[in-house]
Amino acid sequence: MIFLSSPHMHGGNSIQLTMFSVIIALLPAAMVSVYLYGWLAVFLLTTCIGISLLTEYWMLRWMGKPTKPVWDGSAGLTGLLLALILPAAVPWWMAIFAAVFAIMLGKQLYGGLGHNPFNPALAARVVLLISFPLHMTSWIVPMHMDASLDMYGFVTSLKFFFLGPEAVKQTWDAITMASPLGYLKTELGQGVTVSQALVNYNYSTLHAFIGREAGSLGEGSALALLMGGIWLMARHTISWHIPISFIGTVAVLAALFNLINPDAYAPPMFHVLAGGLILCAFFMATDPVSSPSSSIGKIVFGVGCGVLTWVIRTYGNYPEGAMFAVVLMNMATPLIDYYVRPRVYGYKRGKQHEL
Amino acid sequence: MFDIWHKIQQTLHINTTSGFTGGLVHNNQYKLTGGYPIVACPMPELLMHPIKQHIGDPCEPIVVVGERVLKGQVIAKAQGYLSVPIHASTSGTVEKIGEHAIPHPSGLGMTSIFIKPDGLDEVDESLHPLPNYRSVDVVELRERIRHAGLAGLGGAVFPTFIKLVHDQKHPIETVVLNGIECEPWLTCDHQLMLEKAHEIISGLDIIMHLVEANEGIIAIEDNKPDAIVVVRKTLVDMGFGEHIRVKVLPTIYPQGGEKQLIQSVTGKEVPAGSLPLHIGVLSTNVGTSKAIYDAVCLGEPLTERVVTVSGDAVSNPTNMLVRLGTSVQFLLKQVGVESFEDLKIIHGGPMMGELLTDVGVPVVKASNGILAMHRPTIMRAHHDEEPCIRCGDCGEVCPAGLMPNLLAQHCKEDQFERAQDYNLFDCIECGACSYVCPSHIPLVHYFRYGKGQVSQIQREKTFAEESRQRSEKRDARLAQELAEKEEKRRVAKEKKEARAKALAEKEAASQAAEVAVDDATQDVSVAKPSLDNKADVNQQDDKKAEDKA
Repeated sequence: MIFLSSPHMHGGNSIQLTMFSVIIALLPAAMVSVYLYGWLAVFLLTTCIGISLLTEYWMLRWMGKPTKPVWDGSAGLTGLLLALILPAAVPWWMAIFAAVFAIMLGKQLYGGLGHNPFNPALAARVVLLISFPLHMTSWIVPMHMDASLDMYGFVTSLKFFFLGPEAVKQTWDAITMASPLGYLKTELGQGVTVSQALVNYNYSTLHAFIGREAGSLGEGSALALLMGGIWLMARHTISWHIPISFIGTVAVLAALFNLINPDAYAPPMFHVLAGGLILCAFFMATDPVSSPSSSIGKIVFGVGCGVLTWVIRTYGNYPEGAMFAVVLMNMATPLIDYYVRPRVYGYKRGKQHEL
Repeated sequence: MFDIWHKIQQTLHINTTSGFTGGLVHNNQYKLTGGYPIVACPMPELLMHPIKQHIGDPCEPIVVVGERVLKGQVIAKAQGYLSVPIHASTSGTVEKIGEHAIPHPSGLGMTSIFIKPDGLDEVDESLHPLPNYRSVDVVELRERIRHAGLAGLGGAVFPTFIKLVHDQKHPIETVVLNGIECEPWLTCDHQLMLEKAHEIISGLDIIMHLVEANEGIIAIEDNKPDAIVVVRKTLVDMGFGEHIRVKVLPTIYPQGGEKQLIQSVTGKEVPAGSLPLHIGVLSTNVGTSKAIYDAVCLGEPLTERVVTVSGDAVSNPTNMLVRLGTSVQFLLKQVGVESFEDLKIIHGGPMMGELLTDVGVPVVKASNGILAMHRPTIMRAHHDEEPCIRCGDCGEVCPAGLMPNLLAQHCKEDQFERAQDYNLFDCIECGACSYVCPSHIPLVHYFRYGKGQVSQIQREKTFAEESRQRSEKRDARLAQELAEKEEKRRVAKEKKEARAKALAEKEAASQAAEVAVDDATQDVSVAKPSLDNKADVNQQDDKKAEDKA
């Protein structure tokens, strides 16, 4: 007779449900990426998801664990997220390396689901960025901008994916362009003002919002990401604390410095819509495993992410800071969980230990 | 309209309309029996009365086998302060007094008094009705409530009379009646409010009279609109509109918990380590209030209670007025449950109740519901545990503001000091965390384990401390005995020495006397050196005696 302790009812939520909700919420962004980068996006998505699932399966086999968790959706989600934060210029072997790294070193070697200190996809992305900076900062011109690389053509895309630009008689320079963040950083370094640089880039807030700027696969459309993110918040799969505090902090900091010196600091809308901020805020920073558990901890985490993002973007060497910010804050999660706790009923804040 | 607003609040994790933090919303569809009239359960063939049905000290049986008892007669008297007596729930003969299973998670038995009903249902009328309770002495009223065996009928079964006292230091300002009934499936309080509103309000008036409170609040959740209407109307009809009011609260589990209810109604938190009376609030269940009315105005002790008999395996669920001591098996037979194969029976609600291992257990004062559930329904809730993904949903719903995932992890790893640092003992075991956990982690189970282990360690520590003190005392005693022995020996030795000295002196004296006598005729001055000489000899004798000692 197994003793069963109360409660004898369950709300019906499960890991699988949570993971697949997030996957569904990412579908609009994935579709936009296919629109922008054609077959290249399809190749990257399938490679990352497939290799992630395979790695998860083999890791579980090797460690003598039951292999059923392959289908809980977490490995698939890692693969999907990984593909969405990679640039379309990434070749096949780099995608495979990233997926294997994410699952093997980012997740399973730490003990599997629930034990990874970093978001596995982000960890892999950071490793790639540091190891292969050229590929990771080359942004292919999207299809709607009259790209010279025909990514809607299956054979051309396949050749490019496996053999590189030479196989399709192209050069890197011809098929890539700068992302808004990267362009702004370079121009600012040369003494151009922010507004002038944005005009030179032909930047438009509307385009950035509905998704026409160059960047990683999933960063294309803020609109598609927001649709998924808000749906997740409405479904209660993610809480509002991290996305709102993250994006809010970046916006407030940007607005503040933009007010002080509009020539040297980019406006808040630019910061919010540019790069991977929205993707990171809704889908990366909210990864439950590597973010704090309590609501108040989540707000601290979000604010930390926001500050780091803005600081790295403004003063750092890399034009994009959202991913580094999340990885750095992932490291602070245990600390936040220890020091930032909710107020317990019947106690004054901070007096938890004394009656 | 309210639903939409409430959904938004839930989505945004704010509970502005409810005064307590955390909580979750259950699907109202489980309240099958809301609005079903209370029907009387027929007389069973045997009634079992466990001698402890309240929190506190067990009672002592005062009847013997074969004795005839009447309905309402005390069959086990209270022992100690924290105790209330047990009454026979019908007339009949005491068949035996022995061990019987009780509704308790341990599945262990308890001494019970078995009564075989004679079918006459003859009432013991030793308690006379006190309808004009306002003119009765407060001490007598309180004694009456104790004598009637009243304990909190919401499920906690804390002896009621203890709370009903006017304390000069902590005057009660507000009496809150708990008509929340936040557990899914249960509807006994709901139905009681519909049918016995008059009695409930009178009971509340008695409580307010006893504790000299000016304000009475009947708290009802908004999923019972009919009860709200009925209670409000009865209040107006009885003319209590000024002092007593109905407070409608949104339906959120676990609002029926005492601390959460007080926070929702008054906006005040009961400080840790304090009682509600310290902030001037007293809360009681509506069922208890009705029982207080019965005990005072009708002179009827607590012999029956309303029980919701429901569950997904029950085809015709109902609310029943059941004699205490009726077996669960008999009760379920009345609603058409004959075979218990592939069924799980819950005593209480599904969130905090326990699974019964034996359907022969009796209905006791704490039984607010008996639920017969299909085994797969229960087993779905007890799905295999998966790894924690640290989503924090458990913390969102925790009404105590804990971090259940970290707490459970510490309990699981036997790091009890850490667990206490995370306020293990502030957990009220409402089960909200386990209910929402996507990984199906039985969090409450780990907390119970942790609490049990901590008290065990505490007990062992106390025991070790006592042993140490005992051992120290023993050592001290032995040392003292040794010292006393030494002392005795020393005294004896001194006495002996003294005796020896005295003897020697005496001898010397007698010898000297002899010499003196011998030399009596000679010159006296010649005798002196010889005396000195004798003293030397005496000294040598002394030394010898010392060496011997």
